[in-house]
Amino acid sequence: MKPDLQFDFIADKQKNTLTIVREFKASRQLVWDCYTKSELLDQWFAPKPLTTKTKSMQFKNGGHWHYAMVEPNGTEYWGYTEYLSIHPINYYTALDAFCDEKGEINKNLPRAKWLVSFNDKGENAVVESVVTYNSLNDLETVVNMGMQQGMSATLEKLDELLLILNK
Amino acid sequence: MQPISCVLKMRRDVFQAIADPTRRAIITLLALQAMTPNALAEHFDTTRQAVSKHLKILSECELVKQKQEGREILYTLQLKKMKEIDKWLEQFRKLWETRYNQLDDLLSTLKNKKK
Repeated sequence: MKPDLQFDFIADKQKNTLTIVREFKASRQLVWDCYTKSELLDQWFAPKPLTTKTKSMQFKNGGHWHYAMVEPNGTEYWGYTEYLSIHPINYYTALDAFCDEKGEINKNLPRAKWLVSFNDKGENAVVESVVTYNSLNDLETVVNMGMQQGMSATLEKLDELLLILNK
Repeated sequence: MQPISCVLKMRRDVFQAIADPTRRAIITLLALQAMTPNALAEHFDTTRQAVSKHLKILSECELVKQKQEGREILYTLQLKKMKEIDKWLEQFRKLWETRYNQLDDLLSTLKNKKK
């Protein structure tokens, strides 16, 4: 982790929310692009060693992002983000879901509402994501799924990451 | 890793305990040093009784422990229990940390391209 950049991760059990705040050494516009263009999302969204694959994306009110996070052995975890309202480059709200390759939403798994806001902090940008689950049970389910999906992948040294990305 | 069911049960209790801002503040204070209920109460605008109630909940979740020292009762933080919560939250936190470090690198690549 880069110690000079703000990173907060707060779980609120009473409100069933997770709040993730992170500062980036880039302009708000550039960070917004990385969040809202599939060709850029594909390059950072899945935690190593998983990779991201976009099946379809329409970044507009009522649009969606249908994607998969892919394990090195080929196992795919499909996700579906439904965009509710978009206010460039300030914030957007969305509803996430687990789905299959066809984009069929799994109704047995919880969905969460996302409010993702982008703000300036001097020359840097700060992104705040407030994720609201319907119940604490939902939150637990998602966290457990995360564990199963190998998301506990250990953080590699940044130098190493840079090397691969610059190739 | 512990069986998920154990982790869940532990988390239910502990999360109840740390959901309250006053209790979180108490934990922060106790992280620095063991304190008496009176000394703790001085840090809050609430009554000594209210602080005792919070301490009782924290004790029940095994987040704090009492120890007798002379005539005084000191509360200390149970670091082991705190680490268990961390371990759980760490899973999700790590995902975001990794994700965002990747975004850092992408951003810097994009910035360099522009130059």
